[in-house]
Amino acid sequence: MTRFLDLLALIGRALISACRTLGDVALFALAGASHLVRPGFPFRQFGRHFVEIGYFSLPVVALTALFTGMVLALQSFTGFSRFNAESAIASVVVLSVTRELGPVLAGLMVAGRIGAAMAAEIGTMRVTDQIDALTTLSTDPMKYLVAPRLLAATLAMPLLVVVADILGVFGGFLIGTVKLGFVPQIYLARTFDVLQTMDVVSGLVKAAVFGFLIALMGTWCGYNSKGGAQGVGQATTRAVVASSILILALDYVITEAFFSR
Amino acid sequence: MSDALKIRLRGLKKRFGDKVVLDGVDLDVRAGRSMVILGGSGSGKSVTIKCILGLIRPDEGLIEIDGRDVAKMSREERAAILDRTGMLFQNGALFDSLPVWENVCFKLLAQRRITRAAAREKAAEVLEQVGLAASVGDLSPAELSGGMQKRVALARAIAAQPDIIFFDEPTTGLDPIMGAVIDGLIVDCVKKLGATAFSITHDMASARRIGDDAAMIHKGRIVWTGPANALGDTGNAMVDQFARGEREGPIQMELRK
Ligand SMILES: Nc1ncnc2c1ncn2[C@@H]1O[C@H](COP(=O)(O)OP(=O)(O)OP(=O)(O)O)[C@@H](O)[C@H]1O
Ligand SMILES: [Mg+2]
Repeated sequence: MTRFLDLLALIGRALISACRTLGDVALFALAGASHLVRPGFPFRQFGRHFVEIGYFSLPVVALTALFTGMVLALQSFTGFSRFNAESAIASVVVLSVTRELGPVLAGLMVAGRIGAAMAAEIGTMRVTDQIDALTTLSTDPMKYLVAPRLLAATLAMPLLVVVADILGVFGGFLIGTVKLGFVPQIYLARTFDVLQTMDVVSGLVKAAVFGFLIALMGTWCGYNSKGGAQGVGQATTRAVVASSILILALDYVITEAFFSR
Repeated sequence: MSDALKIRLRGLKKRFGDKVVLDGVDLDVRAGRSMVILGGSGSGKSVTIKCILGLIRPDEGLIEIDGRDVAKMSREERAAILDRTGMLFQNGALFDSLPVWENVCFKLLAQRRITRAAAREKAAEVLEQVGLAASVGDLSPAELSGGMQKRVALARAIAAQPDIIFFDEPTTGLDPIMGAVIDGLIVDCVKKLGATAFSITHDMASARRIGDDAAMIHKGRIVWTGPANALGDTGNAMVDQFARGEREGPIQMELRK
């Protein structure tokens, strides 16, 4: 009986701490986002992060999308040829890339690149008193550090995903025409026949949400890190793990919201 | 100089976990004067400053600035006080993503009191005061030696001409001559700008040079206050032992738990 109560207490404690964390993150997000509409938004910082996220992530995201599109074409060919359904390849590639793989894979790559960098930079600032220094220098750290990163990631991710969509489809096209012997015009026609605005829009909405999550987890973990280099390391790991899991979970939720009717 | 109190601490307490760091600190800092705090390593000097600045929330106790209770102030009032405050952090805490000149003029830029072009010139001017060439302004903090970083941090703390300045070990890590120069600079800030200074130091010569008043903190309490020029000959066995750096005396080295 006491065993059972211990177990209950354990579960209860975990639940309470999970709720508290969730509340903390939500308040943090609100505080950060509120500076988007308050005076004195740091545009210079925003520009720096926007370039860092949007421009310097291009190679990683582009390569990921290209190879994913290629693999997708190849894999669906080996599968579909058993049912004489090769003609569906173009539609499979374009729908999976725009709806799912573009945003999710770009999100995961950016989480590893940017989420980690944000947590490490802000975490280092925390443990070296730089965040306290900001406060004494008439600057709200939420405004200076968090708000521009949230906005930059939210705006840059959809742009990255547009590129990922194009390159993913191109990867499929490449394999389809060069290796599998489709006629280019027919492949492209099939691609654009099935593609609807909603497919692209849902992907871009996902991208914006994922971008916000990546920046939120990166800044939150960094902001709350403590205990020197080791603490910063832990914050970095936590930021990447948390944003990756959240991306996959919210991907499901958003898909459900868009396509379950 | 009036006898008005700039900072008044009463019964300030702070613990981290079950380690009591501040155990009822009472301290008065008079306006336009320079107060020096002495105390062993880990005795809570930096924590005291961070409490006054509102960077650490004390568990108990009263903090008054200009006669007003900090705990009862609105956000805006606190921000207004920080606008007139300068702080030199013990480890410098320079922003390593910004060049030195932007670090130095960060507050002026944040308050929009200066344009970016003017900030460069202003930075050169302040850097010169702390004995650094204007060309240092274009370097990043990571490219500087420890002592140079300290001086840049000092420049940043005084650039906006605050009227309360906190110095957490301003001369630690500097050579003796540079230490004396910095001490002179601190004295100038107090005398010329009429600022109130609150410094932590382990260097007795420096404490006598920059301090009007001195206080010693031990085991989370202020155990002595008096004029800084009396240090070393105060009649208080603890302070004298500390000032002379003697091994034997009322203060025994304790193993930190
Ligand atoms: N954020 C914190 N979390 C936990 N403990 C802390 C924290 N900050 C300070 N302490 C503890 O408080 C005590 C006093 O720290 P403080 O930095 O004020 O010392 P100090 O008097 O400035 O010493 P020093 O002369 O070495 O700088 C130390 O024992 C330290 O371990
Ligand atoms: Mg200290």
